Amino acid sequence: MSKKVFKGRVICKGSYEGEAVVSRQGVNTLATFQKSALKNAKQVICSDQNNKDLYGKNLTGVALILPQTIGSTTGGLVIQTICQMGINPSALLFSQEIDSLAASGVILAKNWENSKIIAIDKLGDDILTSIKTGDKISISEDGTVTLL
Amino acid sequence: MRLTAEEKGILEGKEGKTKAKIMQTLVEFGEVFGAKRLVKVTANGHLVTSFGIGLLKPVYRIMDEIIDAGLKTKYPFTVDPRPIDYKNVKCGLLDKLIFSKIMYSQQKHYEEQLSKIGLRNKDSFTCTTYLSQVGNVPKYGDILSWAESSAVVFANSVLGARCNRNSGMLDIFGAILGKVPEFGLLTDEGRKATWKIELKTKTLPEAQILGSAIGMKVMEEVPYIVGLDKFLGKELNDDVISYLKDFGAATASNGAVGLYHIENLTPEAKKMGKALMVENVKTYVIDDKELERVYKSYPIMWKNQNAKPSLCFIGCPHLSLGQLKNWTTMIEENLQKSGRTKVAVRTIMTCAPDVLKEFEKTEEYKKLLSYKVKISSICPLMYTNNPIAGGKPIITNSNKLRTYSKARYYKDQDIVKIICGVK
Repeated sequence: MSKKVFKGRVICKGSYEGEAVVSRQGVNTLATFQKSALKNAKQVICSDQNNKDLYGKNLTGVALILPQTIGSTTGGLVIQTICQMGINPSALLFSQEIDSLAASGVILAKNWENSKIIAIDKLGDDILTSIKTGDKISISEDGTVTLL
Repeated sequence: MRLTAEEKGILEGKEGKTKAKIMQTLVEFGEVFGAKRLVKVTANGHLVTSFGIGLLKPVYRIMDEIIDAGLKTKYPFTVDPRPIDYKNVKCGLLDKLIFSKIMYSQQKHYEEQLSKIGLRNKDSFTCTTYLSQVGNVPKYGDILSWAESSAVVFANSVLGARCNRNSGMLDIFGAILGKVPEFGLLTDEGRKATWKIELKTKTLPEAQILGSAIGMKVMEEVPYIVGLDKFLGKELNDDVISYLKDFGAATASNGAVGLYHIENLTPEAKKMGKALMVENVKTYVIDDKELERVYKSYPIMWKNQNAKPSLCFIGCPHLSLGQLKNWTTMIEENLQKSGRTKVAVRTIMTCAPDVLKEFEKTEEYKKLLSYKVKISSICPLMYTNNPIAGGKPIITNSNKLRTYSKARYYKDQDIVKIICGVK
């Protein structure tokens, strides 16, 4: 059987093989990451009570698949900070065009923290239903995401 | 992106490494969204990062780098509210320890950094910088380098200024360079509505629930709202501005709205009408039943759902002068009903320092204090970030605060009864 493949636009390139975590709704960056960042935790546990897909899940080191991020304009700084702390998801895979706050976050992290966080957008809405939390995926530097 | 010779020089490091890195960040940011050029910022700034959280190490390091490079913002700026006000928002010893030594350990240092790069003055800490008493009011068409989601959506929608939903740090970078990449809400095309909202409620909806419903539906797209002018009228008077302030904050925090148009009311909708909508506009009909569905969908995060509230925050975003007066009247009326002389639940109302100065001159101010309501310029969200505060049964009428904390949301008409002890 052929593997399911998605191709997006590379914002920050990198390769990855591992677990996917999927949020079908917009991810509120501040609400998701703030508790773990404030506690200086070693891992990010999603603290957004309004996100039933992610609430309570460990997001450190995973490929987070999402439509976009939403919420407070501290969002970019929050992404930069979790990258500086080294507790960020390894990759952010956006089904839609990346939003301005997430874009700020990954660009700040790349230019000011030498972060290797991967960011790919415009992967298409199909990725939100074809890949499920816990599935293994691979990401290539050219923006290809493969369900293994 | 096409850069001018001066901009290219900055990018190549002719004005120093730090400025080059700032330029690099803004150019890369713009290129993600297809910006063709940078455009000049034309008004004062507003920053979202007002809190010296020890963990935000990247902020203090970059601020030091900016100061060491001798850089300042082109125009003065205001900034979101402070996180601490021990005088009016009393804390126990343990809370104080957590706030001052752990959470906001960098507050003093950070405020010094802000002053060095262009903070307007010591009273510039509010999320409602656009209110007339505060005076950071952009003109129609101004280009801004602002962050703070509720302020950005207000400036775009109610004032007709142009600003993208910038992140913290990018707001400072744009203010320092005096330029921002031109894309999205800075362009005519990006300001067109892709959603038509048809409002079919019997009465004026609670601003915070209507905003929440629209934010959750349209996410970061632009809605054009039909039917709200029936209740709000066609003029942006003080009451309407207060309503739109709270409505917009909910659209931006429950979704990611940076601009909305209200038919016959907001400036671009008045000017262009339905031509603001794209051809294949999506439609969302909102009636009373839909708003009740949204209201009932809010999770209650208290451990004991029947707990007696120990604290109430009203004013996220900060209250306007008119709202402070209206709340005084509402509390007065409800205290009469309950036969009490002071509130039954510890209540804190928050507003900008400059709004408070005006409120202090009114009769309502004395009344509100006599009801034992505290008035502060704190950020309720920053307060409830404290893990101890997070475990308390806090109530609020703010959908933004509900989103980012465990505070329980109530409509205005319900929360006033709770705080006044009306059975």
